[in-house]
Amino acid sequence: MTKLDDAVLLEKEDRAGPWRAALSSQIAGPLAALVLAIVIFSATTDSFLNPGNLSLIAQQSVVVGTLALGQTLVILTAGIDLSNGAIMVLASVVIGNLATDGNVLGALLAGLATCLVLGLLNGVLVSQFSLPPFIVTLGVLSVLTAAARLYTDSQSYPITSEFLTALNEGPAFGGVTITYGVMLWIGLTAILGYALTQTAWGVRVYAVGDNPRAAALTGIKVKRVLLSVYLTAAVVYAFAAWQALGRTPTADPSGYATANLDSITAVVIGGTSLFGGRGGVVGTLIGALIVTVLANGLTQAGIDSLYQQVGTGVLVVIAVAVDHFVRTRQTR
Amino acid sequence: MKVNRVAAAALAAGIFLTATACGSDDSGSSSGSSGNSDVTIGIVELNLSNPFFGTLQKATEAAATAKGWKTMKAEAKVPGDSATQVTAIENMIANKVKAIVLDPANPTALNPVVKKARDQGILVITVNATLTPIEGADATFATDNTEAGKLIGQWAKASAPANPRIAMLDFDLSDGPAGGRHNGFLEGYGIKDGDPSIAGAALTKGTIETGQSAMENLLSAHPDINVVYTINEPVARGANTALKNKGINNATVVSVDGACSGVQDVKDGIIGATAMQFPSKMGELAVDAIAKYLADGTKPTAGLNDSGTTLITDKPVDGLESQTSEWGLQNCWGEK
Repeated sequence: MTKLDDAVLLEKEDRAGPWRAALSSQIAGPLAALVLAIVIFSATTDSFLNPGNLSLIAQQSVVVGTLALGQTLVILTAGIDLSNGAIMVLASVVIGNLATDGNVLGALLAGLATCLVLGLLNGVLVSQFSLPPFIVTLGVLSVLTAAARLYTDSQSYPITSEFLTALNEGPAFGGVTITYGVMLWIGLTAILGYALTQTAWGVRVYAVGDNPRAAALTGIKVKRVLLSVYLTAAVVYAFAAWQALGRTPTADPSGYATANLDSITAVVIGGTSLFGGRGGVVGTLIGALIVTVLANGLTQAGIDSLYQQVGTGVLVVIAVAVDHFVRTRQTR
Repeated sequence: MKVNRVAAAALAAGIFLTATACGSDDSGSSSGSSGNSDVTIGIVELNLSNPFFGTLQKATEAAATAKGWKTMKAEAKVPGDSATQVTAIENMIANKVKAIVLDPANPTALNPVVKKARDQGILVITVNATLTPIEGADATFATDNTEAGKLIGQWAKASAPANPRIAMLDFDLSDGPAGGRHNGFLEGYGIKDGDPSIAGAALTKGTIETGQSAMENLLSAHPDINVVYTINEPVARGANTALKNKGINNATVVSVDGACSGVQDVKDGIIGATAMQFPSKMGELAVDAIAKYLADGTKPTAGLNDSGTTLITDKPVDGLESQTSEWGLQNCWGEK
């Protein structure tokens, strides 16, 4: 650790009070929205507030929720990753195809390798060549969507391996199953949350996202931090691919076509700023839950699914408005 | 640094060009050279991420190639993407194709460009879906989706328990085939939208994972669901996972498509009955109609020419013609 890192950490410790307050207030908004949605659906339907349904909501959130954790890292650096859903889908069909030979661990590792190679591609283009992440990942998205189709000839692979679908299993408490997938999601959130708030790496990520020039002047190697973010996100996407195979035991090249935008939605509703440098993974976890709660609750209330999209859209605009308000007040 | 920028720009341009090329393949693909090698036809499909449209495109192209024609191909990028199809047809008109086989992404959005093509003497045949009004095209070769829905509705009615609780797993009902199947199912079952025996309906995107989530949500609210209508077989596969997770093994699941994977699901008892479509036949019939028009100017019969629907089930019911899953596996489309 360099002296500068120490200095940054020290400065952060000095401001622990206001920092913590700001952080908790960032989560307060999404949390209030989640509680409000839960209260409304509990009051208007008989079936929403039962333990089985609440566990189902968590299970329905894990795939996009896990993708959104990686997306959060990228957005914290003022980037965006439009290719994360396509990376996950390509990894899952690679795993599904290779697993037909029976070597499931090898297949899973090949999926991880796929994610890492693509994360490296995105990361190098963004950090070393200073290309805009939006354009880089848009291009990669197009290529990968076609690649998954060509690789599979548009067919899907049923998954029979118990190891690959293990994340859909888990201990049951009174008929309610808490799947390993849900535990993994929460675990990843905790690890990334710790890394972002308690390590020098996390401080550098926020600094780069907040103001890359200033970060560079303090001695932070901006390019290296950016590359590390895209690679870390890629590892998270590999977990998302495993989550997807557990939840739906089929590797489907045409699935999760809107997972990239869904993950951005979760990040934004969770209070992370698209301008970088502010937000966190706990908010993203809440954001992903809010989106699922809307879909689940509205279906149970017998309301047309299109209103789910209306509700989600309104929340996104509110979240961005709140972020804008906070930013302009900070700079005043 | 400057070199880096240039290299990066080149790389980005490369990725973009590749991406665009994948999205819409307008470039002509030449074929065998017989006496008709000056004939080019256009094939405009829906998003090829769905194997059904891929099968339809390949069958159409193979039939055209067999006649010694050249083809120009294009496809929608996502469901409902009529804009890409409009551009493709404009390019085909400019390239003076003799005929266009079109699987329209939207029943009305393509009307103006199709009219423009027909005004230039190009024969336009729609496959799989229709324009509104159907006379917008010279002819249509498609599954009668209302009929397909009716078949599985009648089968479900005869096979369902005494106290049916129906789940409707739909696709956007403004889509022609999706609306036809939905209404056909209800008609075959002898009920209307809003009937108390319908426990609930949910929109899917026609994929496995959206089918699973929709089924899970409906089951949470109505654990007594025992009849499930699905828009297609991937959705039925997803619904089955949801039912299985919930410990329900005796629900009556019906679907439409007749893909080999779906017929296998009928054989395995996951789907009770499915209405098989014949995408290859649609394409072949369309090419035959074009050949006749080019030979002597005879236009095909306007309106919907049914390419056929067959009910596939291993539990036949009285008064409803059907074939077994064994027969289905011989006649299905897509990868086995």
